[in-house]
Amino acid sequence: MMQERVQRIVVLAFVLLFFLYLFGPLIVMGVTAFNTSSFPRVSPWDCFSVEWFNILAQDTRLIVGLRNSVLIGLGVVLLAVPIGLAGALMLMQISARVRPWYYTIVISPILVPGVVLGISTLLFWDRIGVMLGFSAESIFYNGIFLTIVGQATFISAYAMLIFIARLQRFDPVLEEAALDLGATHVQTFRKVLLPFLKPAIGSAAVLAFLASFENYNTTIFTIVSESTLTTVLASKVRYGIDPSISALAVLIVFLTLVGAVAYEISQRREGRRQKRAAAVARGEITEAARVKSKERSFFAEPAFIMSALIIVGGLGIVYFSGTIGVDECKAAVKETKRVEVQRRVEKMQQKQMFQSAVEQQSIESKARGTEGYEGIFSPQNLQEQTTSPDTEATAKGTEGYQSIFAPSNLEDQSGAEESSSAKGTEGYQSIFAPNNLTEQAGTEQGN
Amino acid sequence: MNVAAYWQDFFRRNGVAVALFLLISVGFWVFMMILLPQLFMLDFSIRANVPPPKFGSEEHYYTIEHYQYMIFGSAQSTDSYNIIDLTVFFRTIIAAITVTIIDLALCYPIAYYLAHVSKGGWSRLMVLSLIVPFWVNEILRAFAFKIIFGSTGVINNFLVAVGILSEPYDFIRNDVALWAGLSYAFILLMIFPIYNAVESLDKNQIEAARDLGSPWWRIHWRIVVPHAKPGISSGCTMVFMLTAGALAAPQILGGPSSLWFTQIIYQGFNQAGNWARGSAYAIILLIACIAFVLIMMKIFKVKFGELMR
Repeated sequence: MMQERVQRIVVLAFVLLFFLYLFGPLIVMGVTAFNTSSFPRVSPWDCFSVEWFNILAQDTRLIVGLRNSVLIGLGVVLLAVPIGLAGALMLMQISARVRPWYYTIVISPILVPGVVLGISTLLFWDRIGVMLGFSAESIFYNGIFLTIVGQATFISAYAMLIFIARLQRFDPVLEEAALDLGATHVQTFRKVLLPFLKPAIGSAAVLAFLASFENYNTTIFTIVSESTLTTVLASKVRYGIDPSISALAVLIVFLTLVGAVAYEISQRREGRRQKRAAAVARGEITEAARVKSKERSFFAEPAFIMSALIIVGGLGIVYFSGTIGVDECKAAVKETKRVEVQRRVEKMQQKQMFQSAVEQQSIESKARGTEGYEGIFSPQNLQEQTTSPDTEATAKGTEGYQSIFAPSNLEDQSGAEESSSAKGTEGYQSIFAPNNLTEQAGTEQGN
Repeated sequence: MNVAAYWQDFFRRNGVAVALFLLISVGFWVFMMILLPQLFMLDFSIRANVPPPKFGSEEHYYTIEHYQYMIFGSAQSTDSYNIIDLTVFFRTIIAAITVTIIDLALCYPIAYYLAHVSKGGWSRLMVLSLIVPFWVNEILRAFAFKIIFGSTGVINNFLVAVGILSEPYDFIRNDVALWAGLSYAFILLMIFPIYNAVESLDKNQIEAARDLGSPWWRIHWRIVVPHAKPGISSGCTMVFMLTAGALAAPQILGGPSSLWFTQIIYQGFNQAGNWARGSAYAIILLIACIAFVLIMMKIFKVKFGELMR
């Protein structure tokens, strides 16, 4: 009994931790989108605002990338869904001897790393273009065309898997019946097979678009001189980050949630419809009654209305509270920061005065002024020099620039150095480590 | 049945229009998108590196120098092996295997929990909520990890505030962020195949084993795991492939000193401009991945078709 309870608690804790791992990063990222701080972070919290969303909307590079992404996504849907359908139908008919080979070949793009697909697509069409004598402006060198083909290579395989799953429930007798009744092959295809596959076509199209939209590994090679949302994002994230990226993530998560809710609602409708059909089959209600109890439209579903209300209301509240009083709050935060910086400066000045008084004494008693210059080029001495104040200042200054390329030094210098000049250079050493920037802004201003 | 008769039958069965649609689509896919590009890349990787106008000329001769470069390095260097590239390659493979194992360890209990322990609407909600992080862009997921693992990120702030650390720990430089981010990135491709496999297990089997006095670990080892084997192997394959072939997460989360093999390929293409060597490295990555699939099929004794469902 006791043991069982412990087991339950352990399992629950594990599940909880897992979901924390899954959603924690997204939640934190989402929260940073509403902080006015110019570096995405949760604490210290500056002001609540939606200004990063406005900044996001004005980012032209991102907008161009988004347009290209949508274009490519549509192209991939148009290419990959028919290919996937043909691939699935082919698999059903192909002779048993060839089938394993065929299946291995068409499924392999899913397993081949995206990087490899991108490279091979780029090389192949480049060579085709050269062989056929096309110029560098032709379609074979167009980033959007190459990306559509490259992505469709593996997305067609996804689509094919969806069609295979649906086709397994298809009754070929239907087709034979249509043909026997005098329909042509094209008519049978259009009037019998395609309607049966309609749900699969829908999910394959959605999946193809989403997979194309978020693809990076293949795109980065095939896109050549164009850009997509993901490539713009990647270059942004790599070279300097700001919370407008978090704002974009919030939008994407939000759209995903809306999609998930819509999916859930439509699943429930489907479930109810099947239940009613089963009731008709059992003779509990008549066919006429089923038809009469007309279905509510999707938009009249209680679940839809509820979630729409919650979403619209929530958005309104967030938007208004994010635009009202932001400037006042920012001014207040700025003021507190200024006061804080000033306090630090004063503290530092006091310390400096005290230190220089001590060092004045030591230089009078020892007078080792030249020694400091001798050792200036031997790196080992740099850390432990206790020489005259002016040498120390130079030495520390150079130390800062020498070690600028040695990554490991960055962290553990703060302990050894105390004078304000050293702090100044320390700030510049870490200038390329994005996280440090905001942290040290105060110190830098102090100097 | 000979080939001509086969095609005749194929056209008769489908009608000319539909048969042509099938043949053209599948033909374009198989040859123009899958097979020929790979063959061209293979051809490219075993030729000398020359600028595009000289393709096919005398100077574009066959050579295996790019593969040799991967192992032995350039002729000028003093090292007898190309230590940098080899290290990166093996580190990538080992890291991908480790990430796969981490994900398996995380996902198996969760998949089992979702399929058999949790009930009804609650379980449905959890499965549905798993999809949300999956549709967030790979880059944004990496970005999220960059935020929480930064030196002023949530984790560092928390650890310092609680007093576990006296000053922020550089998670990014020490690759903690990279590992966490990579395990996160493809975790759902592990959880769904296992979930689907475990879910189809008849609960009565577990009940029977429990009634007969089997401890929980033996129930898993002898009943649940063998049943979920196809799901486990397909999850492991997907996670390994995607991790070894990942580019965005290492670019964003990797410390300054750690490279991923895909990054070397990317550099070869975009910075060094050496397409031939880039293709050779891509082929090496491809071979490594194929080898992994074959090993998985051997270990789990599953067929290729079972792996991909």
